[in-house]
Amino acid sequence: MLAWVLHRIGGVAMVVLVGMHALASFSMQQFGSDLGTAINTVYESPYFQVFVVFFVLFHAINGLRIIVLDVWPKLLEYQREITWLQWLIFVPIYGLTVFILIQRTLSGE
Amino acid sequence: MHTRGIPQPGWSFEYIMWIFTRISGIAMLILGGLGLAGALLMGARTQMDMPTLVRWTFFPNPNHVINSNIPDVAQGWASAFWQIMQMLLAAFGISHGFNGVRVIIEDYIGNTFWRPLMRGAIFLLWLFFMIVAVYVILAS
Repeated sequence: MLAWVLHRIGGVAMVVLVGMHALASFSMQQFGSDLGTAINTVYESPYFQVFVVFFVLFHAINGLRIIVLDVWPKLLEYQREITWLQWLIFVPIYGLTVFILIQRTLSGE
Repeated sequence: MHTRGIPQPGWSFEYIMWIFTRISGIAMLILGGLGLAGALLMGARTQMDMPTLVRWTFFPNPNHVINSNIPDVAQGWASAFWQIMQMLLAAFGISHGFNGVRVIIEDYIGNTFWRPLMRGAIFLLWLFFMIVAVYVILAS
């Protein structure tokens, strides 16, 4: 249930956030728009990227789990183990990302 | 709220989109891996920091690697090959994303008179973002 909720919220969030980022970059590129630059400054900030990376990474790994279970329904028997495996893959990659984001923010890059 | 079951196999819109969601999901993972491998082959390890590498992985656009130590972006990074990869990624991503929005909306509104209106609105948004994406890719 948690995975399902996060998958939905993250999916909608990505359409909105990445869509806004694409439109902002487009208006920056074509018209030198100040609003576009402002939106992208917020989008690129570590406080925002922490959420974007969470949504993208979770959606990707959870989607892969869904595909694997759709292709091999027999694996549904090991649903619990597969969910644990999913978090086991997610946590180190996301943890490393957050670590780098914090490190770079503190060093003022 | 309810979770959707697998649609009946056949040439129905729901089933085709169900398959497409899975194929495009895998395709985007492969394209991401290709972008990452390509960047490393082109010397990303010594020429760019990790955030820049991640930006390139998500969308191999030359504007994504502008803040790096690459001597000349026009050599390798801004090529027809990567433009095609960007087009594929954009087409899969936009279609996958807006189909997902459609599925979620239809889960909540059901089969009422709103459904064709919502489908029309989502189709127009999809078309708009496809045009913007192609324009951005060809202009950069």
